[in-house]
Amino acid sequence: MSLLELDDLTKRFGGLTAVDHVSFTVETGSVVGLIGPNGAGKTTVFNLITGNYQPNEGTVTFDGRQIGGLRTHKIVSMGIARTFQTIRLFQNLSVLENVLAGCHCRMHSGVFGGMFRTPGQKREEQEALSRALAELEFVGLRKYASYLSTNLSYGNQRLLEIARALATQPRLLILDEPAGGMNEQETDLLIQLIRKMKGRGLTVLLIEHDMGLVMQACEKIVVIEYGRKIAEGGPEEIKNDPRVIEAYLGTEEEEV
Amino acid sequence: MQRRYIIYGICAVILLTSPLYLNRYWVDVLNSVGIYALLGLSLNLIVGHTGLFNLGHAAFYAVGAYTAAILNTRFDIPILWLLPACAVTAGLFAVIIARPIIHLRGDYLCIVTIGVGEIVRIALINDVFGITGGANGIFGISRPEFFGIRIRRPNEFFYLIWFFVAVTVFLFYRLEQSRFGRALNYLREDEVAAEGSGINTAHYKLAAFVLGAAWAGMVGNIYAAKMTIISPESFSFWESVLMFTLVILGGSGSIPGVLLGAFLIIGLPEVFRGFANARMLIFGAAMVLMMIFRTQGILPPHPRTYPIDDGSDSEEAREPA
Repeated sequence: MSLLELDDLTKRFGGLTAVDHVSFTVETGSVVGLIGPNGAGKTTVFNLITGNYQPNEGTVTFDGRQIGGLRTHKIVSMGIARTFQTIRLFQNLSVLENVLAGCHCRMHSGVFGGMFRTPGQKREEQEALSRALAELEFVGLRKYASYLSTNLSYGNQRLLEIARALATQPRLLILDEPAGGMNEQETDLLIQLIRKMKGRGLTVLLIEHDMGLVMQACEKIVVIEYGRKIAEGGPEEIKNDPRVIEAYLGTEEEEV
Repeated sequence: MQRRYIIYGICAVILLTSPLYLNRYWVDVLNSVGIYALLGLSLNLIVGHTGLFNLGHAAFYAVGAYTAAILNTRFDIPILWLLPACAVTAGLFAVIIARPIIHLRGDYLCIVTIGVGEIVRIALINDVFGITGGANGIFGISRPEFFGIRIRRPNEFFYLIWFFVAVTVFLFYRLEQSRFGRALNYLREDEVAAEGSGINTAHYKLAAFVLGAAWAGMVGNIYAAKMTIISPESFSFWESVLMFTLVILGGSGSIPGVLLGAFLIIGLPEVFRGFANARMLIFGAAMVLMMIFRTQGILPPHPRTYPIDDGSDSEEAREPA
């Protein structure tokens, strides 16, 4: 069964068609990679899924429900969480508080509960705290819980974003260049982490330029260029697809 | 950390006993400090925690004060009973004002709120609906009464005002430590990331604005009760500037910072009265220096603490009790 289904998705910015009739599906429990040259429209596809942009045409269906037009926080609470290409952490808050942000949408207490510390509010805070710590443990940042997030190394900041996304208890996790800025070792750990997430029953959709990671972690790869889908298939298939090779390396005639 | 609380305690004791040895004039200065501390705390929710620049906070203060004054003088309702009414009118006014403008960012929001503050002041001068008394304002607001004790002298007001400050500090501190308080900070830090983490940013911005405004409305009630006469001049742009400055100067997002800011902004000019006209000069110079050397304010907020071990032995990480 497909968890996420993009159907004929189109997004135009003025005269530029950033995403041009793109359709693909993400099966429940799978890891899908979205690749393509810079400026191909990958991040725009992500922004369309998470409600940051509204599509001009086409639909996004998540778990049988159309989510086009919904606000981002609503989509998050339905079970889609994301990380950002350029790291967007709450820099002046602690690592733990960054993860607690993810817990927010599974909590309910408001102004009254906060001011008067009702029993329900206290219990909820406890639960959120242990959930946040568990997610930090999961990505291996438990020992940095009380650090300011801005003091983490670049790779760890990426992991923290993943922990924050996981704390929303998503069913689909969308990672925008998770290995960007990571060294080889960190990338290997990330691949293991993605496998662990799959083990938790999560579905993962990721954009990545590190082909080693994409080939190792993804079961299905979707390739887009100039906003159009040019190929889709398993890692082996994609590696040998002439259109993909052309998009990445150029044709022989073009080479000098 | 423990030493911090001891210092707060000592300050509180000195403050609470001060009417015993200060004369009426200085107690009255402390009353003003208390009122501005309350206004600063309410504005701190909006400016300090949420990062929404509001330079028209006096408008909500005015709505509260006029609600109290009008209902008290026309219908003889005891003034303190009107506290909820003042909160509701100021809060409702904030909803109406903020709804269409809350998505504006930084300086744009700032300019619009200045406009709102001016509109309210000018509307009051022009005697809207014929109930605000125009430029003369409203006279004869009755003094507050507690179980038959009429609060009249500065010493009595001192305890009323600072009791309200204490309640506010208590509630706002807890709010700061809660899910609500964190949500405000997330959206101050990065709105896109906050929304992407599942926080309804539009809702929280509005909630912070309305809660801050409602609180300012209640302070307006106390102000009206203290002065027994209110007029549009008391709610000028300058008042909004004072509130904004004391939050920024003291340390935005920090309750002790705002309290200290109120003492410095309202109290210090009184202390410097001896310098006559030069006092504002000294004061201004001090502020410029502050902004250069300590941009985060005098007492910036302390990070929240959570009941976890700090991870030195992460392998045997204890679960929080």
